[in-house]
Amino acid sequence: MKQAKRKKIAQFLGFFLLRACLTLVLAILLLFLYDIGRKGGGTISWEFLSQAPRKGMTEGGIFPAIFGTFLVTLITAILAVPLGMCAAIYLNEYARQGRLTRLIRLSIRNLSGVPSIVYGLFGVILFVNIMRFGTSVLSAGLTLGLMTLPWTITASEEALKTVPNSYREGALALGATKWQSIRTNVLPYAVPGMLTGTVLGLARAAGETAPILFTGAAFFLPYLPKSLGDQFMALPYHLYIMATQHHQIEQVRPIAYGTALVLIVLVLGMNMTAVVIRYRLRRKRR
Amino acid sequence: MSVETGIAKIETRDLDFYYGPSRALKRVNISCHTNRVTAIIGPSGCGKSTFIRSLNRMNEVVPGTRMEGTILLDGHDIHASDVDVVELRRRVGMVFQKPNPFPKSIFDNIAYGLRINGLKDKRKLENVVERSLRGAALWEEVKDRLGENAFALSGGQQQRLCIARALAVEPEVILFDEPCSAIDPIATAKIEDLIETLEKSYTVVIVTHNMQQAARVSDYTAFMMLGELVEFDVTEKIFTNPANKLTEEYITGRFG
Amino acid sequence: MKKRKWASLKESAIRALFLTCGILAVLVLVGIFATLLTTAVPAFKEIHLSEFLLKKNWDPTSPEKAEYGILSMIVSTLMVTGGALLLAVPIGIGVAAYLSDVAHWRVREIVKPIVEILAGIPSVVVGFLGIVLFGPAIAKIFHIGNGLNAVNGSVLLAIMLLPTIISISEDSLNAVPQAYGEASLALGASQWQTLFRVKVPAALSGIIAACMLGMGRAIGETMTVLMATGNARAFPHGFLSSVRTMTANVAIELGEVPYDTTHYYALFAIGLVLFVMTFIVNLVADVILRKYQEREQ
Ligand SMILES: Nc1ncnc2c1ncn2[C@@H]1O[C@H](COP(=O)(O)OP(=O)(O)O)[C@@H](O)[C@H]1O
Ligand SMILES: [Mg+2]
Repeated sequence: MKQAKRKKIAQFLGFFLLRACLTLVLAILLLFLYDIGRKGGGTISWEFLSQAPRKGMTEGGIFPAIFGTFLVTLITAILAVPLGMCAAIYLNEYARQGRLTRLIRLSIRNLSGVPSIVYGLFGVILFVNIMRFGTSVLSAGLTLGLMTLPWTITASEEALKTVPNSYREGALALGATKWQSIRTNVLPYAVPGMLTGTVLGLARAAGETAPILFTGAAFFLPYLPKSLGDQFMALPYHLYIMATQHHQIEQVRPIAYGTALVLIVLVLGMNMTAVVIRYRLRRKRR
Repeated sequence: MSVETGIAKIETRDLDFYYGPSRALKRVNISCHTNRVTAIIGPSGCGKSTFIRSLNRMNEVVPGTRMEGTILLDGHDIHASDVDVVELRRRVGMVFQKPNPFPKSIFDNIAYGLRINGLKDKRKLENVVERSLRGAALWEEVKDRLGENAFALSGGQQQRLCIARALAVEPEVILFDEPCSAIDPIATAKIEDLIETLEKSYTVVIVTHNMQQAARVSDYTAFMMLGELVEFDVTEKIFTNPANKLTEEYITGRFG
Repeated sequence: MKKRKWASLKESAIRALFLTCGILAVLVLVGIFATLLTTAVPAFKEIHLSEFLLKKNWDPTSPEKAEYGILSMIVSTLMVTGGALLLAVPIGIGVAAYLSDVAHWRVREIVKPIVEILAGIPSVVVGFLGIVLFGPAIAKIFHIGNGLNAVNGSVLLAIMLLPTIISISEDSLNAVPQAYGEASLALGASQWQTLFRVKVPAALSGIIAACMLGMGRAIGETMTVLMATGNARAFPHGFLSSVRTMTANVAIELGEVPYDTTHYYALFAIGLVLFVMTFIVNLVADVILRKYQEREQ
């Protein structure tokens, strides 16, 4: 009798503790979003979004950083999306069990664990020095592209796995070649899912700072990059500068908050889009 | 083993098949003739699907498999180096156990096999689609909604759609792997009727675990067990006077 | 006949194209390792490996005698990583356990995407919040001048690790066969006892793998620690001292270091150490996860 009561109390306290953990996590997230939303929201204006920084970056807007982030993410996408999709097609449609396949999979898993700053170091040597792209938006985009590759491969493969095997077999049995069956009867149904996962990866890349620190991001540029060989301003790097490197750090806090808000809206917006697409797809499948 | 004289359309000689180390077919010799329906019966897991999927080399898509022996189509080895597996599969069509329409419109499902072979002409496509749907006894039911998604059809209609899809590429042989196991009895009857019509123009091989079905539709029946061909003969003989004791036990329902 | 040959040629070409993309992953990994190695090697013409790894002082620009010991940074990295795990592991397992076993499925459906949002916040934003939110709070709580120290870094990293730990732990808890739990309940154990005496132990390998993956991320995380831990070069005295991790040091110095100097190469050597450490941690996590997936099948 007593035993039973003790058990009950222990369970009550235990569940309370677990609920507290969850509440804590949610509270932290809420605190983050609230703080940035409230303090950053005050800074946001059309001027802030559409103009370049002025007066030693104590005034003006962040347009060059927004533009730079879009540009660099575009380059990232151009590298990572097709290569990631092709690699995924190989792994899911062509690869046989074997040493080569195991090696490729092992590499992909390990690549996704390589620290982003190490990608930055690799980018410095490969793109800036060896390929002579210099510190430029191209070097930075390619570095981010390599970093994103393992994520896009994994996401694309997941999408390919959701296409039933009967579509492939049905096509082959009608005399389609392997590639015909993939092109006409697998990819059309996998591509939306592939894109969803890929957008998630690109959102992560857009928010990264470490890989672009030495490959092309600039402290301040009075003009937009005119070619792929130019340096560029980027939102995450701009936030880093405004938060830690500026000589009037307290005075530019509102700008830092505004930058953080824009960055978060951009990244979470991409995330949401991806999640919404995925949700829609799932419903359509049923 | 041949029951009929004359050259067989498809013939297997000492066919062995392995999934990795496990042997799924043991020296199977069966021959199937034009304008005849050959049924393969046997307990589940005895290798019926494996056998029929060997005939259009669909087993090759399963990794880690190995085949030994010979399969002849019109007396020609289908594994010979000058045989294109893609062309082979066009000549030897297949209808799967579960209806597997593509998530496209009815029209596009039928036109699929033609389009991948490069046919673009709209009129020709329309002609073939109609002919194939008529051939599969589905035309009257769907002629007004060819643009609808194939998934909107009932299970039995989907299976006939798959048959029409196979007919569209003008195969010489049609393989059925338990085509009725996933659909209701009325739809089953329709498909059985259809098979009897198809017999007039094609070589038909059908796997079934339904013995009445084999008795109804086939001219020849092969009984398999544990990967081996136990008995192969005229259907009537198999069902009235089997030579092998195992066959008798199976068809009288003592196991299986 | 000719057409067929052409078609099969095309097929092989397409296959080869896809294969090349797959092999690219291997090349990138090998390339990263080779690049780091070849760029780091010249550093060891002047620095002894043992000195590099075991000396505390890092002062490459000293006019008298340049010093290249990274022990302080290694210890700093391990401190913030350890601190982060200390915070994130219990909380993460708690949340995972709650979601998998206690929460109503509707709660789960809502909470999971929210946790994903947390994972989506860029590390530079987390670092910024470390400066403006957690820094002042920590300074107040511990009565110190400023709150940019190892505690701050640990807290922020913990927040960043939570999504990984929660989602993988929850997956492995969900993968525990229902029969285990039912057997325990049938013996009169409470739901709580069943959860922590039967299910969590059964899911342990997955949970450990989740923590290892989190650890790998913490070791390699740059912006957050760079912004929130103060970056003092001195050997850390405790969690309230300002620390400089390996990643932060590379981020701070690579921008200013002259090309083709020992200092430059030494920074790549730090990168190599980072690469090797995270590689090993991730490999172990991978092996554990694989084992447990196999067991399931
Ligand atoms: N993809 C496969 N991998 C391994 N074994 C298989 C595979 N497909 C079938 N088998 C095995 O081969 C044997 C024959 O299977 P199958 O041809 O499907 O039998 P049936 O169609 O007569 O039920 C069975 O023992 C089955 O387990
Ligand atoms: Mg079967």
